[in-house]
Amino acid sequence: MKSMAAKQLSALVGKEFRQMLRDRKSLFMLVGVPVMQIVIFGFALTNEITHAKILVEDYSRDPVTQRIVDKIQASTYFDVEEGSLMPDALNVAFRKGQIKLAVVFPVNFGSSLLHLHRADVQIIADASDPNTAVTLTKYLSSIIADYQMELDRTSKAPLQIEPEVTMLYNPELKGAPTFVPGVVAFVIFLICIGMTSISVVKEKELGTMEVLLVSPLRPALFLMAKGLPYLAVSLLNLIIVLLMSVFLLDMPIRGSIVLLLAESVIFIVCALAIGMVVSITSKTQQDAFMNGQLNMMAPAYLLTGFLFPVENMPLPLRLLANLVPSRWYYIIVKDIMLKGMGLQSIWKESLVLVGMTVVLLWVNTRILKVRLQ
Amino acid sequence: MMVSLNLECMERSGCKPMHQVTSEGITKTYDKGKSFAVDKVTFEVDKGELFGLIGPDGAGKTSLFRILTTLLLPDEGKAAVNGYDVVTDYKKIRNVVGYMPGRFSLYPDLTVEENLNFFASVFGTTAQENYHLIKDMYSQIEPFKKRKAGNLSGGMKQKLALSCALVHRPNTLFLDEPTTGIDAVSRAELWEMLTKLKAEGITILVSTPYMDEANLCDRIALIQRGRILSIDTPSSVTRKYKGKLYAAKSQSMYRLLEEIRKYDQTQDCYAFGDSLHFTLKDDSGNGIESLSDFLTASTHFSFDLREIEPTIEDCFIGLLRE
Repeated sequence: MKSMAAKQLSALVGKEFRQMLRDRKSLFMLVGVPVMQIVIFGFALTNEITHAKILVEDYSRDPVTQRIVDKIQASTYFDVEEGSLMPDALNVAFRKGQIKLAVVFPVNFGSSLLHLHRADVQIIADASDPNTAVTLTKYLSSIIADYQMELDRTSKAPLQIEPEVTMLYNPELKGAPTFVPGVVAFVIFLICIGMTSISVVKEKELGTMEVLLVSPLRPALFLMAKGLPYLAVSLLNLIIVLLMSVFLLDMPIRGSIVLLLAESVIFIVCALAIGMVVSITSKTQQDAFMNGQLNMMAPAYLLTGFLFPVENMPLPLRLLANLVPSRWYYIIVKDIMLKGMGLQSIWKESLVLVGMTVVLLWVNTRILKVRLQ
Repeated sequence: MMVSLNLECMERSGCKPMHQVTSEGITKTYDKGKSFAVDKVTFEVDKGELFGLIGPDGAGKTSLFRILTTLLLPDEGKAAVNGYDVVTDYKKIRNVVGYMPGRFSLYPDLTVEENLNFFASVFGTTAQENYHLIKDMYSQIEPFKKRKAGNLSGGMKQKLALSCALVHRPNTLFLDEPTTGIDAVSRAELWEMLTKLKAEGITILVSTPYMDEANLCDRIALIQRGRILSIDTPSSVTRKYKGKLYAAKSQSMYRLLEEIRKYDQTQDCYAFGDSLHFTLKDDSGNGIESLSDFLTASTHFSFDLREIEPTIEDCFIGLLRE
């Protein structure tokens, strides 16, 4: 019986591969679209940011720094978090993605400004998203400059606050690092859904489903065979996109490639499973295309988080975004590629992805009918 | 397992273990019970029998086949194939039957050979293992084995589909309208093939809208609007024809049809091939002479009337009238 299942599986997988490779037009689309997207998204997009988390490490704790922190707090751009002044707290907060920006007031900031008429302040930004980093740094600098002008009016000598800006992770502020993980997540997500969303419904339309049902073939085996060839193509797709990112866009892969590929396999299986659900529940290939591509496009585009930061969205949208697998994968890819982080930092996101995948696969085996209708 | 099932069957209802397919009051409705696709259908098919389900489009043939092949659940009634219940033992049935749907259901983008090997593997076998079964038919399409199935002619498509349905040597074969839409030569070849398969001991259920194919079956069921009108051997069906049937011919067929229908003793008159078939209310024998007189009086063309043996189609029309 086991060898029969193996035989059936290899026959099915072989058949799926043949059909896939013979459909040249679709195959070209499957591989061509991600490549195109990567190129198109080379143009970075600017966007306004509000309520960014900012960490204040105030070693001075005087009326001047208090006044500046109040001003930062008063603006809608920032939500202030008081720093613990622990040596490594700042680094940890950045690596965990808890903050976008940090401002450090050195000891005696206020007295230095009042007596020496000049003081240094350090601004540190997470530049793995360079647009956000630059925008936030500008906001912060202008708040500080405003305050400096206020003081100037009452002071005899001109005052000067010197901001010292550090861009973390991406000091050259390259555009590529931000869009590559996003496009990888977004494009792979949609392509995978698209691939499997027509796979089952195609058999229904052809009438071959009827013949396959009246056979000893098990539904789970059927679904597995449907997915495997597309998993292979998607991995190939991903590798092409990554190679392009590294060699064409000078994008680093700082973390483990093995981990990145492993996470990608989970994500791809997850997306393929979504497509499969769409396919099983659709009546025609057109239906499947509508449900799979058009309806998934907007959530994937908006809620993955690579164009618009999810943190700024209203609560219902933020909750909805949590249901979009590409959002979690985006975080994972960003952390592995740009921040060089390991599994210990992204295990939560990975767990979410694994959970989603398991649930989706289970749903698939439940909804695949053993009869017509 | 089989033996115990059959024994149980005998003890319970006294049914013969000979039956390969049984259907007891099978009913299937659509549109929430409003329209009946299959209406209390009861019949049996013996082991090794070639059984024909004859009826026009929309008679319920496909629905009945789908119930028997476990693709649809019946609303009412019980049915079994090879002793297995179609509802509870559906998995077992799927191992032992071959099914060829009415619509071409192979992969058009795979070659002839690939289709055959694929379906063989799905059933855990190889095309070589049961090659003797499909040899006669497959050898005709073998020259085109590298051709995509979608590019085959209608007749060849059906031969390939039948080969695929047979490749695992099923003990029961369900063929839903295998001859619809193919040429006369291919039709004849397909029926010849079915006779050979019967000799191999395979039970065959075949549906067709073509009444002339009924004579090639061991027994037939005439079906209309989900109901079985008659089940018997083709010769018994024609023998049981009620009343006398006449054929009429003339130079002007349309006028003749009109005139015969005008005659008040005519029960039914319809075009059949190159002649008209009709029945009379008065079957005593004088009726045909009175009609002849009536036609001579009202028309000025020559005609020919005579009594004939009814065909299956005449029987079908006769049953519909009842």
